[in-house]
Amino acid sequence: MRRRLGLRAVALGYLLVVLLAPLALVFYRTSEHGLHPVWSALSDPDTVHAFEITLLATAVAVPLNTVFGVLCALAIVRRRFRGKGLLNAFIDLPLALSPVVVGLALYLLYGRTGWFGGWLTGHGVQVLFAWPSIALATVFVSVPFVAREVIPTLRELGNEQEQAAATLGATRWQRFWRITLPSIRWAVIYGVVLTTARCLGEYGAVAVVSGRIQGQTETATLRVEDYIQNFQTPGAYAVAVVLAAIAVLVLVLMTLTRPREETL
Amino acid sequence: MAALELTLGAAAGVALVNAVLGTVTAWVLVRDDFRGKALVNAVIDLPFALPTIVAGLTLLALYGPNSPLGIDVAFTRTAIVLALCFVTLPFVVRTVQPVLLELDVEMEEAARSLGAGQAAVFRRIVLPNLLPGILSGVVLALARALGEIGAVVLISGNLPYKTEVASVFVLNRIESGDSAGAAAVAVVLLVASFVLLLGIGALRFFVTRHERA
Repeated sequence: MRRRLGLRAVALGYLLVVLLAPLALVFYRTSEHGLHPVWSALSDPDTVHAFEITLLATAVAVPLNTVFGVLCALAIVRRRFRGKGLLNAFIDLPLALSPVVVGLALYLLYGRTGWFGGWLTGHGVQVLFAWPSIALATVFVSVPFVAREVIPTLRELGNEQEQAAATLGATRWQRFWRITLPSIRWAVIYGVVLTTARCLGEYGAVAVVSGRIQGQTETATLRVEDYIQNFQTPGAYAVAVVLAAIAVLVLVLMTLTRPREETL
Repeated sequence: MAALELTLGAAAGVALVNAVLGTVTAWVLVRDDFRGKALVNAVIDLPFALPTIVAGLTLLALYGPNSPLGIDVAFTRTAIVLALCFVTLPFVVRTVQPVLLELDVEMEEAARSLGAGQAAVFRRIVLPNLLPGILSGVVLALARALGEIGAVVLISGNLPYKTEVASVFVLNRIESGDSAGAAAVAVVLLVASFVLLLGIGALRFFVTRHERA
């Protein structure tokens, strides 16, 4: 019994020291001097713009990666093709790779001297240091989440129901909308929630490609760093708290939508 | 070079901390029972949901220059390890937890009834079963720790040769216009990610060998 309590204390203590205490302190520090400085930081046009950029990139990345993730999962589970193992391994790459390396790759591709960059600049399209590169970086880092969640669910599902529907004359399209999609919907939603969280919080890749121009290409996470570098700590806390509040919301959604078998 | 050494050292240390404390946490979440366990279980995923820069800021608030606890580790290597522990916390817990849930308590009871002590039960029965889970969690955590930037950038101070990790080094090189230097270190990080991904793949292959046979 004492042993059990000891382990419990170790685990909870670790969580408290590393995770909960720092987070609680940020919420406390933000509200320490009243809500006025928080509000003035959040209504700063540059901050508002930073949140807009972040939301825009998220709005591009989430639908794109949801469709791509579901298609990829279907291809990996249901089809046989050359390079399937490779696709399965590569889809995890953004999870294992440093976002800065992703940023550098985009930088080298779309920079003025890069492979695509020269041609695009010649045609009057600026990707690097503009919002397209932010969207690209965000899309890249959030690729795996939907596919990762949908693959195991599809595996368990099997395809008997679909075959039954096919024998009854359902078209491929009907089978997908009426049978496959409803069965995997919770996994898709869970993946979308994870994708959204990743997009909103992206820092490393965006830091490289965005150019961090205040009020133009600065995202919310870059704004936090900007405030800290300029010793405007209350501003940093204000933006951070908004992001943290979104994270807590995401956590609640994750807990509610997590596929059943994983819950305790 | 110094940045790579530092990153590797810190990541290895963090992987070790995770291996031990992640397993303990998973064990407590599965085998122990107490009020608020569901809440703790949900909180584990927080580092996945929280933007890493916010994670860095929270650590800076508690363990930085204005720490209410009087602990100031900002701009030291301890800070880097702490930040990496924060962002990698869920990996081992989440890979060990399902294995532990499936693991039959009867095996352990049988061993105990045959006279095995606590240590022997853990070493001979629990650990071998958990090992693949722990390992894959550790590899994921290692990959994440090697590439992490957001959580580290605020609290490490990024002092060249002292607290500048590889990813921050790459970022700084790009910003000072030295993309060749940046690319060199980036390639090392890229290769490391590939190797770790292959490692996870091999591990999966090895673990499921009975099911496939």
